[in-house]
Amino acid sequence: MKIRVTVNGTVHDSDVEPRTLLVHYIREVVGLTGTNVGCDTSSCGACSVHVNGEAVKSCTMLAVQADGCEITTIEGLAQGGEMHPMQKAFMENHGLQCGYCTPGMVMAATSLLKENPSPTEEEVRIGLEGNLCRCTGYHNIVKSVLACAAGD
Amino acid sequence: MIPAAFDYVRAGSAEEAIALIGEHGEDAKFLAGGHSLLPLMKLRLAQPSVLVDIGRVEDLSYIRDAGDHIAIGALTRHMDVEKSPLLAEHVPLLAHAAGHVGDPQVRHRGTMGGTIAHADPASDLPATTLALGATYVAQGPNGTREIAAADFYQGFLESALAADEMLTEIRVPKMGGAGWSFQKFNRRAQDWAIVGVAAWRRNGDSGVALVNMGSTPILATSVSGALAQGASVSDAAQLAAEEAEPQSDLNASPEYRVHLAKVLVRRALEQASA
Repeated sequence: MKIRVTVNGTVHDSDVEPRTLLVHYIREVVGLTGTNVGCDTSSCGACSVHVNGEAVKSCTMLAVQADGCEITTIEGLAQGGEMHPMQKAFMENHGLQCGYCTPGMVMAATSLLKENPSPTEEEVRIGLEGNLCRCTGYHNIVKSVLACAAGD
Repeated sequence: MIPAAFDYVRAGSAEEAIALIGEHGEDAKFLAGGHSLLPLMKLRLAQPSVLVDIGRVEDLSYIRDAGDHIAIGALTRHMDVEKSPLLAEHVPLLAHAAGHVGDPQVRHRGTMGGTIAHADPASDLPATTLALGATYVAQGPNGTREIAAADFYQGFLESALAADEMLTEIRVPKMGGAGWSFQKFNRRAQDWAIVGVAAWRRNGDSGVALVNMGSTPILATSVSGALAQGASVSDAAQLAAEEAEPQSDLNASPEYRVHLAKVLVRRALEQASA
């Protein structure tokens, strides 16, 4: 099926099998491999991307469902060679260890701040409930998100 | 994991969707947000030959005041139910429970109609709407009909919907200031409830429904009956599992689930009575 998807501002016209998952479309057709496949069962959040500005798990969405949508992946956050404030906050607060969950964490965190720009620590923890860090590095992830929200 | 191959068609209206599902027969399934169906398809537990995508039927996404009840379009997403000021005012139990479905990413995609039609006893909103005495509207080739939530759930993932019927609206009575509580017991924040309870109470009236305590969501009618006859909250809560037939799984034995149901119903009724 023919679809037109805008990924990080670039329009892609593609012909995909209906069963192609959005995450595989992003990684294998568009060629952006920053979005990771983790659990592949919509539990871990490693594959989180923004669809029309909201975080979704791209392992649980078909590419054909994204036809006509605007997708933002981790590669689309930096602008003009400058990291997104959330990326900077993760770097400065040691918000990552192995880094596997990080793209999904950052995408979920930026979506969270769009909906709730000044969350409490508890709201950050609840807001990131759909993202798992197997290094268990949650403390500094939450610290990073709070730092970004505070503009530090 | 990749689903088995299927054909994909997109419907622009409920009428078109019903015509398409009729045309493609029993192996066709409706696709809304896909957050119940796609995981099953990836595990090959479901292998529909055709998906009729109703996700773009925009006139089925709404939350409206309809006098004595709130009408919710079947394609309304969980996030929109959770954040609806209208539901916060008139059916706060439902708005609160919607905020406990999955996680924010899931709530951005999953729909109210999808979770009801999927009829999973472990899901939060089938039991919540059952406790609230909701009515579901089904549209088929010959028009629409109303189905009471109490008549809708017929078995594990089985509902009263015919193969060529589509759930189009959920009608939830206004709570009129009733006290309420939603209890969800699980090990990880985003998981399904091991046992959950949705409850409301106003004077002698009450509604109590259980999540994951049988092959369907369970209405705990013995609890409401006891409360109506003046039983105390703790005595009524002892009857929590009278209608239930809990299963055993990795998380809990049936005995543990019965224990949890009694404890959670007591907590729910205490909160709803406060």
